[in-house]
Amino acid sequence: MPNYTLKVNGKSVTVNADPDTPLLWVLRDELDMVGTKFGCGIAQCGACTVHLGEDAIRSCSLPIGNIGNEPITTIEGLSKDGSHPVQEAWKEIDVPQCGYCQAGQMMTASAFLKQNPNPSKEEIREAMHGNICRCASYNRIEKAVQLAAQKS
Amino acid sequence: MESKKSTLQFSRRNFLRTSALAGGGMLIGFNLLTACKPGVKPPVDISKLNFNDFNAFIKISDEGYVTIFSPNPEIGQGVKTSMPMIIAEELDVSWDKVNVAQGILDQKNYQRQVAGGSQSIRFGWDALRQTGATAKQMLVNAAAVKWGVDASTCTASEGVITNANGDTLGYGDVVKEAAGLEVPENVPLKELKDYKIIGQDIRNVDIDKIRTGKPLFGLDYKAEGMVYASVMRPPAFGKNLVNFDDTAAKAVNGVIDVVKFGDKIAVLGKNTWAAMKGKKVLKAQWKDDGKLESTSDHDKELLKILNGNKFDIRREDGNVKRVFAQADKVIERTFESPFLPHNCMEPMNFYANVTAEKVHLVGPIQTPAWTASRVSKLLGRKPEEIHLEMTRMGGGFGRRLYGDFALEAAEISNLSKKPVKVVFSREDDMAAGIYRPAIKYRIAASMKGGKITGYHLKEAAINGNMYGLIPNFFPAGCIPNYKVSTGNYKSKMTTGAWRAPYTNFLAFAEQSFFNELAQELGKDHPQLLIELLQNVKGTTDKRIEYSGQRMEDTIRLVVEKSNWGKAPSGTYQGFAAYYSHNTHVAEVADVEMKDGYPIVKKVTVAVDCGIVVNPLGAKNQVEGGVIDGIGHAMYGNFTFKNGEPEAKNFDRYRLIRMQETPQVDVHFVQNDKSPTGLGEPGLPPAGGAVANAIQAATGKRLLNQPFIQELDKKANTILG
Repeated sequence: MPNYTLKVNGKSVTVNADPDTPLLWVLRDELDMVGTKFGCGIAQCGACTVHLGEDAIRSCSLPIGNIGNEPITTIEGLSKDGSHPVQEAWKEIDVPQCGYCQAGQMMTASAFLKQNPNPSKEEIREAMHGNICRCASYNRIEKAVQLAAQKS
Repeated sequence: MESKKSTLQFSRRNFLRTSALAGGGMLIGFNLLTACKPGVKPPVDISKLNFNDFNAFIKISDEGYVTIFSPNPEIGQGVKTSMPMIIAEELDVSWDKVNVAQGILDQKNYQRQVAGGSQSIRFGWDALRQTGATAKQMLVNAAAVKWGVDASTCTASEGVITNANGDTLGYGDVVKEAAGLEVPENVPLKELKDYKIIGQDIRNVDIDKIRTGKPLFGLDYKAEGMVYASVMRPPAFGKNLVNFDDTAAKAVNGVIDVVKFGDKIAVLGKNTWAAMKGKKVLKAQWKDDGKLESTSDHDKELLKILNGNKFDIRREDGNVKRVFAQADKVIERTFESPFLPHNCMEPMNFYANVTAEKVHLVGPIQTPAWTASRVSKLLGRKPEEIHLEMTRMGGGFGRRLYGDFALEAAEISNLSKKPVKVVFSREDDMAAGIYRPAIKYRIAASMKGGKITGYHLKEAAINGNMYGLIPNFFPAGCIPNYKVSTGNYKSKMTTGAWRAPYTNFLAFAEQSFFNELAQELGKDHPQLLIELLQNVKGTTDKRIEYSGQRMEDTIRLVVEKSNWGKAPSGTYQGFAAYYSHNTHVAEVADVEMKDGYPIVKKVTVAVDCGIVVNPLGAKNQVEGGVIDGIGHAMYGNFTFKNGEPEAKNFDRYRLIRMQETPQVDVHFVQNDKSPTGLGEPGLPPAGGAVANAIQAATGKRLLNQPFIQELDKKANTILG
């Protein structure tokens, strides 16, 4: 198995894994960063969303062999202390019910707000459409993204 | 008023000192101070405080910080926040000194550690208040002894005890002495007007862990030497294992072992991916055990039941047959629903480590006690050797009532002699489900002289029928000639409880039917219900489950808040009301047409759940329940072909997403009744309210779920 050196949350880490291993399982099982969640394994639900460079991507469908040098940001590295405007807004609005999908929701929201700091309600709804929440906390997700945009 | 009740019936065993909770190990460092006040650093490191066990629910540190153990499993319904709030209220401590931890399975000290049926708060209400109040009284008694005064001259508030001279002692100053005192009885409880915590908006106690990605859920749990198991199960209901070839699986990097148990084969890997990859190349042969079932078979069988005459009579008032024969008009409609998978976002998983000394189980489970006892039987181990820890759950919705995944983990660990985490893929989760069964209802009503004279509901369901209380829900007691008949078809598909069992579909059928009856009688739908509800008020029939007055108040509130009947041009409204899980709910859906298709824009909800313990959490439950209900009514469809599900992941199984989501506006009926649960009751009326609004907008009466199949295909692509 080859070694891969990844830049995760500002740190350089080396992992020994098969090239087809999805980033999701490298993060969770090898690097012990379990904030990124497994939901579907086929890039349909968004629970595993992380940033590759500045883009929100589905880590369940990104093999480690295809990553290269792009830096990776996970929920653990979105801020040092939970102070990213999206994390603050998630708390203020009290978004989660079960909470399982929320890391993916926040990673999608934070990448989106970087591209579009002053989104309309319609743009928020479109940007968050790819992340499923079975508890259906969608109203609060929408409000929290709006609030995070104001805080940024 | 209920809150005047004292501790008479409360079991004293809750106050036994418990060594199970000794040691700061349960204090996993989470601090509520940071949860309550964003940006404020806690003044103390809670994990370094010296905590004294008070009882199975409460630890108090020398400095007056309190750890409250939440006894019941947390599936997202909010009890890990709301149950400790109730204790903290009566204990009378300031919420920012409270730290909440998940209790373990402890049948000696806790009652009913189950998440199901929206009953945690309802059953916990008295016990939790009495726990807090009794602890407070013991602390006061200890302070009184220290001062040498009569306890009745002392008061306590926000963690401080004060005597008649104005001297004060903190709870932390007397906790050691208090824990050694006799447990007092008949301790008075607070009155509603004196509540400081109950009724406040309190954030989810796990919010900081959730928003920073800390380990919290079953899937996040790790232990020394743990391996991961991916399990191959029969690919269709009704197939059995003949043999298998694990050569290719064992050649996969990271695969440690392959273990057969029953008709299943587990591939063990040193990580999840190795186990999953190993399973993909595992070759197995299966044989059919009789005819394999398809959805078309179920449809035929259920219709055969409805068209036949073999029913169990579940309730019968008056003479339905006679009033139907004498009616001016009889309306009859058939409503049909599919199977549904639960699709918790966290796929099923469980950890087990079976050793000679004990069986250690950790994971997300709604029924810890039942699961521990089943594992004990499965492995032939003594009940006291089973040690079960509950994690937070990434959703439950009924699926995690059934500990099949925990039993699998225990069996695999026992065979492989390793600590094992069983992880379902999404495909495993959808294909090895314990589904909501497909159900069909046929409802008929007779009308004479502008009144509903008779009502007959027939249910045809798979693997069982509506539970015993449902035949006594509305309209039982409102219509003099009333009958509920049920029949069922035994299927090989595994079926079970799914968020608001039976009523999740029945409420839609019933309230769509009443909408049509109202139109037939030339009446307003909510007004028709209010008229009928007058007939059940003051009933002496003890079987009647709901309250006519509370349902009427709930309906009136939603009518007021939704601007019912006064919607602007272009907005079409639909109404539904339903009582379930001891809670009365009424909803109004606002639909607008976009490109010729109906879009649900808004749902106004009125809820009577008694005292609202945590309004912030309560609203979240109702918002979610309504949207979840609309999503499944609109899109949820799960079909089988030859025993095999036709959808196994989210590419072919549709859950509601952001752009299909209406705004949900929640209002609570204000009263001082004991609180009831909210995990389920918001869901049942949602489908009916939406169907009735779509009927108002388009004239089309929806009878079957999912609605999307009855609307034009183009409606699939229209987003709100």
